[in-house]
Amino acid sequence: MNKVVEDANEAIRGITDNMTIMFGGFGLCGIPENCIKALAATNIRGLTCISNNAGVDDFGLGVLLAKHQMKKMMASYVGENKEFERQLLSGELEVELIPQGTLAERIRAGGAGIPAFYVPAGYGTEVQGDKEVREFSGKMHLMEMGITADFAIVKAKYGDTRGNLIYNKTANNFNQAMASAGRITIAEVEELVPYGTLDPNQIHTPGIYVQRIFQGTNYEKRIEFRMTRS
Amino acid sequence: MALDKHGIAKRIAKELKDGFYVNLGIGIPTLVANYIPEDMEVTLQSENGLLGIGPFPEPDEVDPDLINAGKQTITAMPGAAFFDSSASFAMIRGGHIDLTVLGAFEVSEKGDIASWKIPGKLVKGMGGAMDLVAAAKNIIVATTHADKDGKSKLLKQCTLPLTGVNCVKRIITDLAVVDVTEEGFRLMERAPGVGIEEIRAATEGTLIVEGEIPEMDI
Repeated sequence: MNKVVEDANEAIRGITDNMTIMFGGFGLCGIPENCIKALAATNIRGLTCISNNAGVDDFGLGVLLAKHQMKKMMASYVGENKEFERQLLSGELEVELIPQGTLAERIRAGGAGIPAFYVPAGYGTEVQGDKEVREFSGKMHLMEMGITADFAIVKAKYGDTRGNLIYNKTANNFNQAMASAGRITIAEVEELVPYGTLDPNQIHTPGIYVQRIFQGTNYEKRIEFRMTRS
Repeated sequence: MALDKHGIAKRIAKELKDGFYVNLGIGIPTLVANYIPEDMEVTLQSENGLLGIGPFPEPDEVDPDLINAGKQTITAMPGAAFFDSSASFAMIRGGHIDLTVLGAFEVSEKGDIASWKIPGKLVKGMGGAMDLVAAAKNIIVATTHADKDGKSKLLKQCTLPLTGVNCVKRIITDLAVVDVTEEGFRLMERAPGVGIEEIRAATEGTLIVEGEIPEMDI
């Protein structure tokens, strides 16, 4: 078994037009920077991107947006991106806004083989649409579906050569669930170590979920709002 | 006199109990963290995967991997725990959060809340707001009683796209504490120096005023 690839360019081999890709991250925290950059350097277009947010105008998924590589975005919040609003209003970009918890659970369920489940979020709002509605214990719920992707691209702090991953603090966010929901999961990590190095008790994503892993480089780790006490 | 945002936050802090796990939305709700009583242990949950939000970091402590739901850099308290987003919303949806505080554009007398979208002007997405209001057992809305043009935010019916229905129990504004009941809004407290008529004038929805209405104790 050899899951290790050289770099992002090798990792994204096989991604083609019109595929559905999941990207880990919350805001700019925990995003797979190397793979996003590598994708932006290709001519791949028509992508359906699933991610909690859309990056900022010149970093993160905003870069794919600016190069018109996205056909559809599934996200819970796209606020920090002006190009996003422009493409949305012009009709260039299809957007599905999904409550964050529902999005996280749809992804988790997709990876866990659960085709549908009921949650209360969105009942009575435009999110309800024509979804199936059912009452449980006097409370109304919407039926939501599990989702999977052609590729899931995640970012971790530590990974081993068998694909076991450990995330750092709030840089975990959507990465853990997404790792389970890609037909092919690519992991870029800050520190790639030989298998046997990581403590099995500390693993967030067991290697079974990961098909390709590489040592990432030059992480910018941009901060959106740098707040300090002083 | 109408309260400022700190006054609203101070009054909301009175709703806290020792041992509470609390989710504070962006805007005025985040200020509640500054008024947690010294002798009370309250744990703040961040929807992006942290229980135990601490204060903003010192400049040399800033960590890009440690942010809150508003994407600001923060610290974590001793005894904190990190987890992924699906676990975070499982915690929220499973009713484990004792108190949720969030802002709103509008609240209806049936407890509906509109807080995420202004068609044509603000269509950025709902984030975790719909999950929070649908699941929370105890929701307090923190808001000005009227908007900056003087238009009431406490309505018979919301006009803006809804975040949730039938979910708000208590609203704490710059003028009053108002509960949502079967019969409509019920006035519970007045901001210090604010009269009943001023509150009535700023409330478009049905407002029940019964008995002596005390001033907020803040």
